[in-house]
Amino acid sequence: MDFLQNFFIISLIKAGVIAFVLLTALAYLQWIERKVIGHIQLRVGPYRVGPHGLLQPLADVVKLITKEGVLPSHVNRFFYLLAPFIAVVLALISISVIPFGPQITIGPVTTWMQLTDLNIGILFVLAISSVGVYGVALGGWASNNKYSLLGGLRSSAQMISYELPLALAIAAPLLLANTLSFREMVDYQSGYWLGFIPRWNVFPEIVGFCIFVIAGFAETNRVPFDLPEAENELVAGFHTEYSSMSFAAFFMAEYANMVTVTAVATLLFLGGWQPPFPAPYSDFIPILIFVFGGLIAIFHGLHPARRMDKFTLPATGLVFLGIAALFGVSFLVPVLKTILMALFWFCGKVGLLLFLFIWVRGTLPRFRYDQLMRFAWIVLFPLAMVNLLATGLVVALTSK
Amino acid sequence: MTALIFLIFAAIAVFCGISLVAQTHPIASALSLIGVMGSLAVLYLQLGGEFIAAAQMIVYAGAIMVLFIFVIMLLNAGAEATSKQIPMLNRYLGILLLAAFLGLISFIIQAMLPKTEGVVFGAFKDGTAAMIGRKLFTAYLLPFEVTSVLILIAILGAIVLARREI
Amino acid sequence: MPTSVPISWYLILSAILFGLGVAGFIYRRNIITVFMSIELMLNAVNLTFITFSYTLKQVDGHIFSFFVMVVAAAEAAVGLAIILTVFKNRETLMIDDVSSMKY
Repeated sequence: MDFLQNFFIISLIKAGVIAFVLLTALAYLQWIERKVIGHIQLRVGPYRVGPHGLLQPLADVVKLITKEGVLPSHVNRFFYLLAPFIAVVLALISISVIPFGPQITIGPVTTWMQLTDLNIGILFVLAISSVGVYGVALGGWASNNKYSLLGGLRSSAQMISYELPLALAIAAPLLLANTLSFREMVDYQSGYWLGFIPRWNVFPEIVGFCIFVIAGFAETNRVPFDLPEAENELVAGFHTEYSSMSFAAFFMAEYANMVTVTAVATLLFLGGWQPPFPAPYSDFIPILIFVFGGLIAIFHGLHPARRMDKFTLPATGLVFLGIAALFGVSFLVPVLKTILMALFWFCGKVGLLLFLFIWVRGTLPRFRYDQLMRFAWIVLFPLAMVNLLATGLVVALTSK
Repeated sequence: MTALIFLIFAAIAVFCGISLVAQTHPIASALSLIGVMGSLAVLYLQLGGEFIAAAQMIVYAGAIMVLFIFVIMLLNAGAEATSKQIPMLNRYLGILLLAAFLGLISFIIQAMLPKTEGVVFGAFKDGTAAMIGRKLFTAYLLPFEVTSVLILIAILGAIVLARREI
Repeated sequence: MPTSVPISWYLILSAILFGLGVAGFIYRRNIITVFMSIELMLNAVNLTFITFSYTLKQVDGHIFSFFVMVVAAAEAAVGLAIILTVFKNRETLMIDDVSSMKY
């Protein structure tokens, strides 16, 4: 089994696992978004394709693949086909430096739950998001359509304007942790003040966290900053002329960017994969949550007066109880416990931030373009600079 | 492995450089320049300059070239039709002389340098952000402050030049 | 050569890129492409700085390269603003047509 310890084989396996999980998660993130927005708007969202619309992403994928890919006649063909390619590739690359957990030992192999740890991991994510502007700008320009061009230019101007508060908001926890790599940033946030308050960066840096999340909304072109690509403005903006797989590529790139921004926010501010309570007590929380959820689902599902969901609610309850049993079994296998706990807390925090993104989409109206740019340059950028200066002052005064 | 990576990215850089000069449409030239910058960033990584590689991608490829592409799109610059202005003989002679000149320079360079050591990836450990920051704020503090004033002047100049006369 | 790359290869690559930048600067007529050739020359010089920083085992080459990038950014901003103004007045981007001071 010596070849398994080869770095390339391990990385290949990890890349395969991460790619598979990420692509499935992106598809189901779209389902979650449609359901949550539906319920916010007092309707049910996708309901018919499979139980509660669970096969809707599959139906969407099949539809998008089999749709006719229209190549308009007067477009610049090379750039028209290059733009979604750039958008998707860059959006998926930045997952490679995100750590999902600590070091684990499976059999003879000891590896980190991260595809690669760069010394400059945070700068790498910033660089990828800087170059990711080209997917949007080229897509808008190559479509040979004034609405697309305007949408593409506005969207790229918005993305580069909000990169500044994003980078300054990132710089503040960097001052505290004194490192640029994600792994060491998460290790800096381990430990507890007074025994029970976790040492996450969000507690000293709450302003930085808010600035980062707001700039993250603008970087990923989400509501309330989605004027350049909204459906009722500019005829869908820069992806007007794209159909079938290219449109799906832009769509996937947007969700992948959302996942990246929330993952980076979790790692920099919310402590990554660390639990919020000290270790022996926090191990029981996943089991409690899943058992509780499963029992509630089964109880409500087996109520005799229920007409709809007579089978899906108990089925969901059983699935939750199964996951709780998996967590229980992991207590006997330590490596499985490390993996599952780290993944649970990381995915829990990322999931909460993604829910925040979707919640805001269902709630807030969108900014007008000049309001959006004015907000970036006149409000958010000075605030981020003041935050950085205050952090620097505190670090300089309290360091030895 | 190091040599293979160098050859691949050097080939990409030279190919994108030739494409920059040879393409007619400015957007194609801009994308070729971004390709050059990307491959140079990989070469900087090989030489141990990890911070400079990241700064190259963030500043050069992510901001300066976006500015270029904005201006090209705003001015609606199309493909230029200059192929009739320079006679074919001059053009090919120019390419030949350029190749001969570069060949001569390459020969002189590799004859001048000692053949003792090569570039080993990981041999240069001082290119981290910590080392660069330390030097930047102690030994090179004056150039640092002067460049910040320079950027301020550039911002003012760009705003004054590009504003709309009401 | 099997595991390490000779230093002269990096310098030769830098010379080739610089030569291509000069060729683009002299040959092209579109002012934006001329500007991009200048950026290509600056990139080639950056590579030389970093190569020599590796050879001499000091980090000063990286710092100088950093300053070159900053100056290139400032120059690109002002230069493109000037190009926009020239375009507004002369309505052309060919440098042959902007050859006289009086319109």
